[in-house]
Amino acid sequence: MTHRYLPMTEKDLQEMMEVIGIDSVEELFSDIPKNVRFQGDMNVEKALDETALVKEMQRLAGRNKNTKDYPSFLGAGVYEHYIPSIVNHVIGRSEFYTAYTPYQPEISQGELQAIFEFQTMIAELTGMDLANSSMYDGPTALAEAGMMSAGHTKKKKILVSETVHPESREVLVSNAKGQNLEVVEVREKDGVTDLDHLEELYSKDVASVIVQYPNFLGNVEDLAAIEKIAHQEKALLVVSSNPVSLGVLQPPGAFGADVVVGDAQPFGIPTQLGGPHCGYFATTKKLMRKVPGRLVGQTTDDKGERGFVLTLQAREQHIRRDKATSNICSNQALNALAASVAMSAIGKEGLKNMAAQNLQKAHYAKDKLKEAGVEVINGTPFFNEFAVRLPKSVREVNKELLEAGMIGGYDLSIHYPQKENQMLLAFTELRTKEEIDHLANVLGGVK
Amino acid sequence: MSTENQALIFELSQEGRAGHSLPELDIPEQDISDLLPESFQRTEDAELPEVSELQIMRHYTALSKRNHGVDSGFYPLGSCTMKYNPKINEDVAKYPGFAHIHPYQDESTIQGALELMYRLQTNLEEITGMDQVTLQPAAGAHGEWTGLMLIRAFHEANGDMNRTKVIVPDSAHGTNPASATVAGFEAVTVRSNERGLVDLDHLREVVGEDTAALMLTNPNTLGLFEEEIEEMATIVHEAGGKLYYDGANSNAILGITRPGDMGFDVVHLNLHKTFTTPHGGGGPGSGPVGVKSDLVPYLPTPLVVKDGEEYRFDYNVPESIGRVKPYYGNFGINVRAYTYIRTMGPVGLRNVSEYAVLNANYMFRRLEPYFDAPYTQHCKHEFVLSGRRQKKLGVRTLDMAKRLLDFGYHPPTIYFPLNVEECLMVEPTETESRETLDEFIDAMIQIAKEAEESPETVQEAPHNTVIGRMDETTAARKPVLRYTKEA
Ligand SMILES: Cc1ncc(COP(=O)(O)O)c(C=O)c1O
Repeated sequence: MTHRYLPMTEKDLQEMMEVIGIDSVEELFSDIPKNVRFQGDMNVEKALDETALVKEMQRLAGRNKNTKDYPSFLGAGVYEHYIPSIVNHVIGRSEFYTAYTPYQPEISQGELQAIFEFQTMIAELTGMDLANSSMYDGPTALAEAGMMSAGHTKKKKILVSETVHPESREVLVSNAKGQNLEVVEVREKDGVTDLDHLEELYSKDVASVIVQYPNFLGNVEDLAAIEKIAHQEKALLVVSSNPVSLGVLQPPGAFGADVVVGDAQPFGIPTQLGGPHCGYFATTKKLMRKVPGRLVGQTTDDKGERGFVLTLQAREQHIRRDKATSNICSNQALNALAASVAMSAIGKEGLKNMAAQNLQKAHYAKDKLKEAGVEVINGTPFFNEFAVRLPKSVREVNKELLEAGMIGGYDLSIHYPQKENQMLLAFTELRTKEEIDHLANVLGGVK
Repeated sequence: MSTENQALIFELSQEGRAGHSLPELDIPEQDISDLLPESFQRTEDAELPEVSELQIMRHYTALSKRNHGVDSGFYPLGSCTMKYNPKINEDVAKYPGFAHIHPYQDESTIQGALELMYRLQTNLEEITGMDQVTLQPAAGAHGEWTGLMLIRAFHEANGDMNRTKVIVPDSAHGTNPASATVAGFEAVTVRSNERGLVDLDHLREVVGEDTAALMLTNPNTLGLFEEEIEEMATIVHEAGGKLYYDGANSNAILGITRPGDMGFDVVHLNLHKTFTTPHGGGGPGSGPVGVKSDLVPYLPTPLVVKDGEEYRFDYNVPESIGRVKPYYGNFGINVRAYTYIRTMGPVGLRNVSEYAVLNANYMFRRLEPYFDAPYTQHCKHEFVLSGRRQKKLGVRTLDMAKRLLDFGYHPPTIYFPLNVEECLMVEPTETESRETLDEFIDAMIQIAKEAEESPETVQEAPHNTVIGRMDETTAARKPVLRYTKEA
């Protein structure tokens, strides 16, 4: 069979078999026991030529309502932001996307330097000493931070606020099970972590206190107060942060966080049903040798030229095997590159502008919704998300919004049963005045 | 490759420049201080670069010229399956209906995505011979951990609380023992025999009532098929353990043999190897996990199921190990893998493995006279050579790898697996032409000759890369992990 990905010709085949000393390709598989040798053709969907394939894939894509056709107010951890055109042009360069992990520095300087720049940008944003080269996503980065805190402090209890993304908490719990750690939830009160409850649960057995900033409900947690409680004993303070918000918010590093994690998805990475995104992991110099995953460091070559290498690899699975700080191997390098390009394009001033727009649009929306008679729940400072209470279920309201040409917000009752009929709405710089006004109109009319 | 040292993007930055076109604010501007209490406001700017769009493009173009990918040249990196990454896959993943959908949209608005996931699962179930597949795990290592957590849940549900050990061969990839630890097990090593296969006598010794699982790659990381797989399965199963299949080497077996038929209970696949999704310089990948029916009750949530003509998520899995990944896995990568499967079909996939194995054996036989071959049987999709002979001449495998750079190749994997001295592990893949294989073979033969005749040529390599050998010791001793602006 000739195929565009398979260059083998009949002539090659014959000559190569001769070199090997076989009469048929089948002989190469003669060591596979008969019993386990697959017979016939697999029942896999049949092959399509490129034209038919495009049609089929367009059919599937066409069955999804996308947020370019339907303005969306969904956030809840995944945000639709401005993606500069240049991002796709850079990550579409196949020297980047068809490369493996940069194990051979001499022919991987491009990737290594790009990651070094990513690490720098994340450290800058979070106000931390250093950052790694990426994790799978925000929630698994948060779980890794929890594991690291247990390893570092030799304590087995993790306190996590109920205002942390519910799926992050779920991933944390799954990971904790593997390590036999106890995860205890700190209650939410008025949309933020209940500090009295945190104080009550805190003890010298705690490995880490994990909060989110801004939190899952959109509110800005009082990190200064949380830090005081978290650091009474040896526990680490782990903060999960939407990096865009750090354009206006004081970064967790400034409050004394030990680890800052999150997802760089808002920078140049499409929502794509939740993955692949780009986890980040930033920490202090003190914890540098405990970091999970790959780190790129600067050094020089034998002629004294500046260059970059993967470094401190003695932490990693390929060297330390069962003693490694984490099992992570492949991460999200290409998405880290996308995020770097987006952060470079948006730049120092652009980031402040972008973050301020999010803040302002959300506050504009809050006023508009209130005017339209919608009950807005938040009382505390918030960034680009807040919750509203509706007269009926979020599911039903979202149907009405869809009919009006919009994708509505997130149903908080899914993970917070007590928050019945509450919808979490997100407003990024992409949502126009017209779209927000339309949303307020429709929600105001819901009965 | 460009030899010009490229400035850091921060060094290109000039105050007052920008590379974006953010939306104009179309609402009345409000002062930030009116919206955020002062104590929450950022006091020191994040030093992101200030550069124009063209500067960014030139910067990254210059960096890309200092990087080698599959599209740049041959990349026979063993265990990594550096095959061609089809361009149609990249196009399809960018369709707005795939790229711009939100994980919390109502299921009725993402039926195409759910259908794709369901079909991909079904195809992977057939390819692996397993009963059910989850697309959740983000990569191979994540799949391993997920699979081990499933095994742990299975044993615990059976009241089998003392199965604390996971057996891995000495040739196993580092993620295997690391994943065992993260899942709360102790990793125990089983030796390989002189033929590079698991030593069954030793396996019998280490297997016992405390065995949770045996993790295996088949073909193994030496590129050899574990012929006694049925016997191994029996040994482990009779002891009450489970068999875990590390699918990183699946490129050798598509349509040839299936982990499910070999007796494996859990498998993970690396879609970023076997199923052509790009490695991206280290990710993102996707590591679906397949299980036999007795492990289905523990699968991570949510599952993607078909209900009549509708597709939906199923969260009702009472015995589930829980959530391993936010949302539904690396969907964008899964789109690419599905596109590939539909490009190849059942016959095409079998051809992939046949040609991958043929290419590897061809290279192996042609190179065998010039290097030591620790194992001589037919290999599968990759093979290992040892640089022992060259080492005696003062030329190490690392030197030979660096010398290959001068020829424009990415070197093979070196010093892995750990149980082969001065190891070189070559994986050509099926997408390389005969001519490319021959040229690489010629380069390897030349290097073997150089090792005898002018060893310094090899020892001092590389000679024409953008940068020479790096000072890794200083990098680790005095780590510089970020740029800091000079005051
Ligand atoms: C044999 C084997 N197992 C597991 C892995 C880990 O896969 P990943 O990098 O996707 O986590 C690899 C990849 O390098 C591998 O070669």
